[in-house]
Amino acid sequence: MTAGGAHAGGATGCRTPSWLARLAFAVGLLAPAAVPAAQPETITVQHIHADEAVAVRKFMRENPGTRVEFRQVSFQSLLESLPVQLASGEGPDISMVADWGGLSKYYLDIRPYIGAREAAYFERQFGNILGPMRGGDPHGNEIYGMAGAVTLNGAFVNVTLFKQAHVELPPPGATWDDWAAAARKVARATHTEMAMEMDRSAHRFASLALSYGAKLVDGQGHFVVDQGLRTAVEKFVAWHRDGTMPMDLWGAVGGTTHLDRFSDFMNGNVVFYFGGSWSLFLMDRNVGDAFDWKVVDAPCGTAGCVLMPGGAAMAAFRHTKHPELCARFLAFLAREDNMREALARHANIPAATSLVESGVEYPNDSERVREALAAFTRQMPNVPRQAYVFQGWRYQRAALNSLTTRISQILTHELDVDTALAFVKKDVELAIEASR
Amino acid sequence: MPSRMRIVPWLFLAPNLAIIALFALAPVLINVMYAVTGTDNLYPGERTFVGLANFRTLLECGNYFEPATCSRDLFWRSVGNALVFVPTQVAVMIGFALATAVALNRDIRARGFFRGIFFFPVMLSPVVVAMTWVWILQKDGALNGLLGLVGFERVSWLADPARAFRWSIFVTVWAHMGFYTIILLAGLQSIPADIYEAARMDRASPWRIFTRITLPLLKPVLLVVFILAVIRSVQTFDEIYVLTGGGPGTATKMIVQYIFDTGFAVMPRNYGLAAAASLMLGVVLFVFTAIQMRFARPGGADA
Repeated sequence: MTAGGAHAGGATGCRTPSWLARLAFAVGLLAPAAVPAAQPETITVQHIHADEAVAVRKFMRENPGTRVEFRQVSFQSLLESLPVQLASGEGPDISMVADWGGLSKYYLDIRPYIGAREAAYFERQFGNILGPMRGGDPHGNEIYGMAGAVTLNGAFVNVTLFKQAHVELPPPGATWDDWAAAARKVARATHTEMAMEMDRSAHRFASLALSYGAKLVDGQGHFVVDQGLRTAVEKFVAWHRDGTMPMDLWGAVGGTTHLDRFSDFMNGNVVFYFGGSWSLFLMDRNVGDAFDWKVVDAPCGTAGCVLMPGGAAMAAFRHTKHPELCARFLAFLAREDNMREALARHANIPAATSLVESGVEYPNDSERVREALAAFTRQMPNVPRQAYVFQGWRYQRAALNSLTTRISQILTHELDVDTALAFVKKDVELAIEASR
Repeated sequence: MPSRMRIVPWLFLAPNLAIIALFALAPVLINVMYAVTGTDNLYPGERTFVGLANFRTLLECGNYFEPATCSRDLFWRSVGNALVFVPTQVAVMIGFALATAVALNRDIRARGFFRGIFFFPVMLSPVVVAMTWVWILQKDGALNGLLGLVGFERVSWLADPARAFRWSIFVTVWAHMGFYTIILLAGLQSIPADIYEAARMDRASPWRIFTRITLPLLKPVLLVVFILAVIRSVQTFDEIYVLTGGGPGTATKMIVQYIFDTGFAVMPRNYGLAAAASLMLGVVLFVFTAIQMRFARPGGADA
């Protein structure tokens, strides 16, 4: 073109020196090389599962001219590094987020990029998740992301030990006390070291607390210490005092340290283990046919039989330079066929309403895992709204951290129940105050 | 000295001073900025000035001897733990390091090998040290395995507060003793041999030689070791964090762990409170460093 221009100039009668024409011609030849080739729009997506790259590749095949860089990170990184990256305006364009509501101020509202029909689809499918992702803002209607899968807290039971002890499994609707009594009976009869164990995680404890009517957070976004929470703490402490639960989990470490002893369950050393749905893979791979186990319905309290939802949602962030592409990627992940594929890959519990209703095929998993997933999925509609409200509360992490620390202090006789609960409230209030 | 020449030393010092300003002074100033500002925002421009509120929150206490009456009880529990941990750990550390140095200074077989063995843990990452001891001390760990072989019941070594505290001291001593042993060994070797020969010719007992010759001549080195050990002990974090997480309860929670938990491990992150606590710790460490520098001067130890 440049050379052509030079010739055109010559045609109008302006004489151009020949060396200048040659130079212009040379520049013209080089110009296309000097102008950078059009770069594809590129976004970075991070996830904890390496095989999520399958979805990324599929997206790029369906969307030529776009580029999605996949980065695998640890779950710990989502909790500890991602908030710091986002606070400094850095980080990926899209990431798995474990703290649904806590990071809401960094999320990108994708509504302007997906259209009304798609937005309605998101609301229909992920209504329970979108609310918590808004950071507990009851008036918000932003769409910050989606979650194809959720995790649920859950109770694993060693059925073989029950059979050996000739003790009937408590039926659905059995209370926590019923399960504790049955587990103690089985442990005594079979000389099993421990009757019950629960991950050292206040998230797991929240299932117990909500079952006994704890509200945990009120409409104004403040932590609530009520009789439900007090009852749950007292029961939990009593189970440690009478040996139903060992001190090696909640009593052995301090601070907010997460600790699980699922290996105890896999080694047949505990009758009843309260952990989470993410342990299914481990169970299936490591236990095999060594003993019979199953996921049972949530133990009940006086207010219900509650399992806390959790896991991670996918969200795009405001700092992205390609919001439209981010929105397109999230919409792609939210497609039913893609969610089914992802759920089958990871043996997860569906979050989308339509998939909870229709169920999901898990062709790669064993019969036992399929049964367990069905048991979890069956309980999804029973998860109360308050559990989602607590899960999405911006200060949930502060409450969970404090509950873990303070309950451990009760177990080691540093604090009594009342003082400990007063400290939990104070800790959360200070966290709220400090973040203003 | 001509005024032009006076600038020359500063020119030579400038690169070092610049590095110190960048990596030591600037972080301290940034820390002060965080300590007097609030919100969980990381960017200074987005933080609000709160004055001394963070210090007031930390110091607010009904009774300093009863942490449950303090606004930030976990801070005071960690201070209380440090007040027991530091003197105990330093005394045990220096005692064992001195005994080991004296033993390694003797003409024993495979002396080089033993010197290497005692120094080896110093070269390990603190996390590796702690993980190794977790594997040994956990309920299904090596120690219970060995005890089980001779008929003992399994013990939860880290589930009892007092026991966990003692193990924390042991593990930190095990990990760092070699460093102080080497310093003391160098000090022992600098004592002229003829003094010992003269004492032996005078039929002085080994104990008398140790108390009247070795210890007095080792005093300057012992002081340095003491100050370094105290500073290190106050800063203890990584080994205990991995070993016990500060528990059971708060039995082994130390000040640096409180700072880490407050600033980085909980959400929302309270950078202001963590910075205020670290400045308070910094003042304590500054005092110890000043003492060390005072004694490190020629003739300082005699002062």
